[in-house]
Amino acid sequence: MSATLEAASLGCHVTLVDSDLALGGQLIKQTHKFFGSKDERAGTRGFKISEILLEELNSYKGTVEVHTNCTATGFYKEDGVVSCVIGEDEYFRIKPEKIVMATGAQERLLPFPNNHLPGVYGAGAVQTLMNVYGVVPGKKVLMVGAGNIGLIVSYQLMQAGVEIAGIVEAMDKVGGYWVHAAKTRRLGVPIYLRHTIREALGDKIVEGAVIQEIDDRFQPTGKEIKIDADVICMAVGLTPTCELLWQAGCEMVFVPQLCGHVAQRDLFMRTSHKDIWVAGDASGIEEASAAMVEGRIAGVGVAKALGHGEASEHSGRLEEFKRRLADLRGGEVGQKICQGISCCTVNEWGV
Amino acid sequence: MNEKEKLFNGGVLTEARKGAIEPPRDLWENKKNGLVIIECPQRIPCNPCHTSCPTGAVKAFKDINDQPEIDYEKCTGCARCVAVCPGLACFVVDLTWGGDGVALMKLPYEMLPLPQEGETVDCLNRIGNTVSKGKIVKVLEPMHDRTMVVHVEVPRDLVMDIRTIRVVKQA
Amino acid sequence: MDLIEKHPILEFKHSKKVKFSFDGIEMEGYEGEPIAAALHANGVRIYRITPAKEQTRGFFCAIGKCSSCFMVVDGVPNVRTCVTPLKTGMRVETQLGKGVIPMDA
Repeated sequence: MSATLEAASLGCHVTLVDSDLALGGQLIKQTHKFFGSKDERAGTRGFKISEILLEELNSYKGTVEVHTNCTATGFYKEDGVVSCVIGEDEYFRIKPEKIVMATGAQERLLPFPNNHLPGVYGAGAVQTLMNVYGVVPGKKVLMVGAGNIGLIVSYQLMQAGVEIAGIVEAMDKVGGYWVHAAKTRRLGVPIYLRHTIREALGDKIVEGAVIQEIDDRFQPTGKEIKIDADVICMAVGLTPTCELLWQAGCEMVFVPQLCGHVAQRDLFMRTSHKDIWVAGDASGIEEASAAMVEGRIAGVGVAKALGHGEASEHSGRLEEFKRRLADLRGGEVGQKICQGISCCTVNEWGV
Repeated sequence: MNEKEKLFNGGVLTEARKGAIEPPRDLWENKKNGLVIIECPQRIPCNPCHTSCPTGAVKAFKDINDQPEIDYEKCTGCARCVAVCPGLACFVVDLTWGGDGVALMKLPYEMLPLPQEGETVDCLNRIGNTVSKGKIVKVLEPMHDRTMVVHVEVPRDLVMDIRTIRVVKQA
Repeated sequence: MDLIEKHPILEFKHSKKVKFSFDGIEMEGYEGEPIAAALHANGVRIYRITPAKEQTRGFFCAIGKCSSCFMVVDGVPNVRTCVTPLKTGMRVETQLGKGVIPMDA
């Protein structure tokens, strides 16, 4: 959405394709207030930010075409065609001049016995159920992972009236913001540091879980703890969704700090394919505020390549967005991201 | 890793740290409407406590990732930061309030059910244990954004323990 | 239905209530919301049984990427119920094993 808005503001015609039933990505599920500064709408709840972006999008009715429930299923590099499918069976093809691939991320899962049982849910899925559709995900939830997602979703589950049996984290400290941990802890949620899930209990659906302490080498040690829960919520990280980038033959590199394979990109987020840009979690797992700024940068990059807008405007906006990204990445959590980005950024492609 | 570190790594403040310090006692004892306590010990990119502060008591950040620093002389205990902080990390404590042995706390609250004025609630510490009862004085929604600021009368000696409240369900 | 009635932050605006069936049992859900969400609200957890090990599968990713929630909808197998909007009168069935694609007569 951010890339669309930025490109449209510079005069580009944009077709926005999104596989979800509504625009807004992960924002529509976020009930917490965002961090950052005023530029990132700090203090505004995530779902409100998506409403603001939607409204902004509505002001480009003439130049932006939106398709929801529409998946970009393939990129054909011989002719630059993108195939799309609306719902399950209505196909069409489109041949854009330039493409921004902001396909987001998918959740990781851990291997453990019975992890297939219904009741083992991805954290994003739990958020969708409760915060988009208002469905109670379960009675008692065991959260696996104390990164920002695990902590925030635990808090959100409590807001939805669901009990949290505990949060399990393999590392010796929470990975998410300390303040998110503090606000769940003070509501009585135990955080089991240096613990892992050993197995899900239940025959046909989840009825509980066994967790256990682990040592420095992540080997189980100590006694097993049985937890009663009907949902085991997996928040053990994401990995970039990059199939289309692979199909396009973009130069890819594995960057652990960005949680998977990502496309090499220049300062405008352009990949090694001259017509393809990348933004957001698809370019490396980070957080939503930074993803939105990256989208803006890609939008400027596309407009520049298409000859829309003045050169001074492009460089001015780029500088501003780069400053905002540097601010967002200046904290403890941002250090890792900066390391990762330095592994996959080129100054210029020389195209 | 000792017990204290372990607790802190799991989101529990165990002692004063940069970004999480206690106000100076002398000033605090006499400051009508109270002083803010911010518990934000980690560098994260966030500054609404400063930008929302009407008196400049939360000092300007050199870098947006800095931990907040407070000029307590300027703090009026208005609790604006309590209402805006995305991390629910600001609390106001008024030691001048009420009679002997009590104090007033202004706490952020985003759960249901909402407490009612005059209601007796559980007061929880940083690990969610009930440490006392408290009496709800006022429930405000300063920013009209569903984050409530709950004014609650608590035992004075527990103001550095209590960090949230729980509405006790009627049997 | 197992819905969040009161929320401290959100207000849920549901669309029109419609009837659909799950394995022949009549249920209610909201039109346009994912089939999987409607089933979950009706207490259904098992969406399919795997072909080889005959294990249960249900809701998992909610973004149409994992295949856990494949079901037979109006006779069509392998429908991603987490991203397919509910319509009135839909016939939703637990998928047993591999989906069998109906042959054209």
